[in-house]
Amino acid sequence: MTILVAQNIACEKSDRRLFSDVNIHLSASQLIHLTGENGAGKTSLLRILVGLSAPARIESAPARFESAPARVESAPARFESAHARPESASAKPDDASTNEFTQGRVEINGTDVHSNTDQASEKLLYFGHKQGVSQLLTPVENLMSWCKLHNIVVSEADIITILGELGLTGLEDLPLKNLSAGQQRRVSLAKLWLKTHANLWVLDEPFTALDVNLIASLENKIREFLQSGGAVLMTSHQALNIDHPITNMHLEYQW
Amino acid sequence: MVTKALLAVFKKDIALAYRQIAELMQPLMFFVLVITLFPLAVGPSPETLQRIGGGVIWVAAILSLLLGMERLFRDDFADGTLEQYILSPIPLYLIVVVKVLTHWLMHIVPLFLISPLLALFLNLSVDMYVALMLTLLLGTPLISFVGAIGVALTVGLHRGGVLLALLLIPIFIPLLIFATSAIESASMLLPYQPQLAIIGAMLLFSVALSPMAIAYSLKVSQS
Repeated sequence: MTILVAQNIACEKSDRRLFSDVNIHLSASQLIHLTGENGAGKTSLLRILVGLSAPARIESAPARFESAPARVESAPARFESAHARPESASAKPDDASTNEFTQGRVEINGTDVHSNTDQASEKLLYFGHKQGVSQLLTPVENLMSWCKLHNIVVSEADIITILGELGLTGLEDLPLKNLSAGQQRRVSLAKLWLKTHANLWVLDEPFTALDVNLIASLENKIREFLQSGGAVLMTSHQALNIDHPITNMHLEYQW
Repeated sequence: MVTKALLAVFKKDIALAYRQIAELMQPLMFFVLVITLFPLAVGPSPETLQRIGGGVIWVAAILSLLLGMERLFRDDFADGTLEQYILSPIPLYLIVVVKVLTHWLMHIVPLFLISPLLALFLNLSVDMYVALMLTLLLGTPLISFVGAIGVALTVGLHRGGVLLALLLIPIFIPLLIFATSAIESASMLLPYQPQLAIIGAMLLFSVALSPMAIAYSLKVSQS
């Protein structure tokens, strides 16, 4: 089952073209590991894919000559059906006319993310650089209000159990500003345990500031999620140790 | 389910406001200080104070609301809560309406509570006081809704405060004119319903349209 389709995504930041003609096809139980140097545009790509920012409108004709395509390769042997296609396959019918502007599109679960963000994000979980938790609220308050917003029915006891699993026992009632950076990220990561009806996780550097044990249990959680039919798109600078086929996708740094 | 989610946003904002009570008090203190300084500056003659009183309270109310306005989306933007709002199944404009109303409630209720005292300072008659309350009741939500558009546009900028005031103050001039004219009519015991009706119309117009504009500005500020 197809979960995320992105076509001809381009991104420009202050006149620099970060990438163009990125095509992604993500199906159920598939994990795409997005790599690239600092500044290559990984976060920008993820933000476009979930609908937080719009893809750049680019002139389609010159774009083909100027930009190197995002290199997409599949993991050796273990995974036969790499769905992420290289750029050459995506010739557009309107290439002939000059000055034609095209804007890429992204669909999550069949819904366009830019025109209908609310519906598209129903089964999406986005974990970005910003944690999405308030420093002044306690972990329980933060997660409770997040759950209500995302249509998740949980009791306070459920949240406390999950926080316990993440090693935050006894810290449930402290304002977040009193916790360490890693502990704050754990609170935010509890969302992965809570949003059980999600079928797509978009994780931007989820391992930052986590200790070895939690990295292992997070990798285990990702594996379980993939096996239950979820799809994961993530960036990480470290090698993934997940017992599941991994599709690698590399973004080249462009000037 | 939508109601539950919006209630959660409301509760969260109230809790956040009470945990930074100093910031909540700032606009109120500013309001009180400006109004207490006026009688000292222009002299204690009751007639003069009565003549300028309505205008002084209104100007102080607009400036103090603008002062508190910046807080509206700042923290949510900084800690990423806004991203989660955008990527939630609840439409952003509904969340925005709840946030603006909560913010208004937290800032305007203390202002209302303290205003009888300030009206006394400025020697306002009972009729003028009633007119003042009615215009504030109709006019301040208008400031909040229209101001929120400006806040949403400048939320990505650092130190957008002055820019915000420059953007917004010209927009509030019509409101200020009608509000003070209503209070002036009240001081002469003339009917002031027409002015109230116009402020009410502006309020309804802004309530109807500004949530879309605020939500759109917030989305733009993300990219």
